[in-house]
Amino acid sequence: MALAFLAPSLLGMLVFFVYPLVMTVFYSFTAFSLSKPPHVNGLANWRYLFGGDPLIGKATLNTLWFVLILVPARMVGALFIAWVLTRARRSAGALRTVYYLPALIPPVASTIAFVFVLNPATGPVNVMLRNLGISNPPGWFTSEPWAKPSLTFLGLWVLGDLMVIFLASLLDVPTEQYEAAELDGANGGQRFWYVTIPNIEPVLLFALITGVIFALQYFTEPAVASATAQGKATVGAGTSGLLGWPGSSTLTYGQLLYQRAFHSNLMGYASAMAVVLFAVTAVVIAVLLRRFRAFSPEVAS
Amino acid sequence: MTTRTIRRRAVVVTAVAAVAALGLTACSGGGSTGPSVAASAPPTVSGTIQFWHFFTDREATVIQGVVDDFMAANPGVKVDVQSGQDDEKMRQAISAGQPVDVGLSYSTDQVGPLCSSGDFVDLTTYIQRDGVDLNQIPDTVRGYTEFGGKRCTMPALADVYGLYFNKKMLADAGYANPPKTLDELADMAVKLTSYNADGSIKTLGLMPLLGYYENSEAHWAPSTGAEWLNADGTSAISSSPGWAEFLTWQKGLIERLGGFDKLSAFQAALGQEFSEQNDFQTGRVAMNIDGEYRTAFIADQTPNLDYGTAPLPVGKAHTDLYGGGYVTGNIIGIGKGSKNPEAAWALIKYLTTNTDAQVKLTNGLKNVPTWKPAIDSPNLQLPAQFTTFLDIFDNKNLVTTPPSTIGADYQTILGTHTQDWQAGKVDDVNAMLKQVDDEINAAVKLAG
Repeated sequence: MALAFLAPSLLGMLVFFVYPLVMTVFYSFTAFSLSKPPHVNGLANWRYLFGGDPLIGKATLNTLWFVLILVPARMVGALFIAWVLTRARRSAGALRTVYYLPALIPPVASTIAFVFVLNPATGPVNVMLRNLGISNPPGWFTSEPWAKPSLTFLGLWVLGDLMVIFLASLLDVPTEQYEAAELDGANGGQRFWYVTIPNIEPVLLFALITGVIFALQYFTEPAVASATAQGKATVGAGTSGLLGWPGSSTLTYGQLLYQRAFHSNLMGYASAMAVVLFAVTAVVIAVLLRRFRAFSPEVAS
Repeated sequence: MTTRTIRRRAVVVTAVAAVAALGLTACSGGGSTGPSVAASAPPTVSGTIQFWHFFTDREATVIQGVVDDFMAANPGVKVDVQSGQDDEKMRQAISAGQPVDVGLSYSTDQVGPLCSSGDFVDLTTYIQRDGVDLNQIPDTVRGYTEFGGKRCTMPALADVYGLYFNKKMLADAGYANPPKTLDELADMAVKLTSYNADGSIKTLGLMPLLGYYENSEAHWAPSTGAEWLNADGTSAISSSPGWAEFLTWQKGLIERLGGFDKLSAFQAALGQEFSEQNDFQTGRVAMNIDGEYRTAFIADQTPNLDYGTAPLPVGKAHTDLYGGGYVTGNIIGIGKGSKNPEAAWALIKYLTTNTDAQVKLTNGLKNVPTWKPAIDSPNLQLPAQFTTFLDIFDNKNLVTTPPSTIGADYQTILGTHTQDWQAGKVDDVNAMLKQVDDEINAAVKLAG
């Protein structure tokens, strides 16, 4: 009986999760172009993954960069703005809206707009920087060292989604605890560390896990930024030479996977990449969950 | 066919979607043999067929106009046009056996996989039965529309690349004619470049950096006769001297114009390629490589620009190659899941071999016609600058990029290295090209 009730969701899971997963693992041991039936080629894809593919190292490091920089930057930024908003006495509602609005813009549009705003020659940002006396402002999306930081700034601009949940959880922290801590002589920093953080920890964990998953699959923003900065405000055109520009500096794992699958016709190899991505994501999340449970058992359990 | 870059819906896929797609294509593959062909052409065709293509907006209207003509001539047929269909989506639909009767694609790079897999059915029987004269299609175009002796696609217009030059800027610098050799091109590029007080580039004679608009390895390759692949599909890049010759020339010009950093800063400020802010249309660059479709953009966006067109300049050891250039084009075929292949073939035959249809498409899209009688038709309404591209198209040195099991990835692999090369991160061009060979060959081997 229980099984009958579960059947619809089990069926959905089998068809849309288990079956694709099993097939992806199978394809990772085959040579497979979309049109030809797959034929088993042993470990060839895996050997190429761990020693042949000239771009995989770069793509992995770039993705790691986003996990380590973009995700914490967005969390700290969102937490800071949420905290400022809890302090706002007047027009808090209007400010909330203002900070949330960029998150409503579709990512393709916001990225194109951001690349235009940061255009090194014609964009308003560098014009302002020059007026402020900085004679040689960065090239942003057109310069290798600045392309990833530029994407991080973009991520900070559209952090409204995180900001809103942080704000809600900050407002949920019982004021009695702050008062009690204050009576005990805790200063601002201590109140934040010993009262605020433990109270909002589940939300922080949620933001961290979804953020890491997002960063591991980071695709849309770098793909659009790369093309727009090259003067071709579109993605996926003809050859995949557009991805990762300038100089593979924004080529992420997800983009390389897409390129290998749909431009190089190496579906089998792309499947191997997908399996690795899945495994890495699963491990990272498992580790995060364990660490946080150890840190604060009563919250996470 | 501006199309290849702008007219197409943006494909923005997350890794998750890609993973899902990898899984969901499990049902594809299969050994469908496609429809059988009647012994003689039916006197009339009827029924409904699905026609998938990638055009949108103004260009989709042009296509619809020609399809309407076809339906008027064949009253029994209803063509269900699906416009704005991205190539990858169409390939997935066809390989999953969906009834895509007629598919129009811009990727000649996919002719190999499409033909060898049987996703697009072999058209030979139809062609022979109906007595279609393939000699009316230029040789190079015939070459890129078939694979391994199997003709599974027909050409529906082409893109040809050449040199655009700003007549006024050239005249001001004392030049009456466009350059014919790479050395002339470099000298003129230097003379046509002006600098701001701070040393940055104000206007540029020619941008030597690859990756700038249509400045790609594929479009430059004809200038030195550089070749991509051997007959067996392996890389010919390091053994084809044209590559080192072109890249060395390019590096020299980069230095003469002030170096990579200066040119990068200039490139960073470029206008969007398909807007009126295109650097050639605004006069930021005096000369530029571009496709014939640029004539339509100039007529539409900057009609007062005084410009000319010429074939690509060639290396001094390759003067015999002058007049040729790079070509690529749209391909059209019958999907293996078609339930009404006779009507599908009738539409393909109409779009690719009917002179009036080709002329109408050409006048509307401002692409190069692929049917010789249409090329010679007095009804073509094209700007004077377009003639250059018809001549390049007709030249014996017209070349294209060869089909490969790894699609266009061999071009991407070279491009990854030339980015380092032009930035000055590589010293030994021949060692670099050998590494390109290795990487291409490894990928080709993996594709099996």
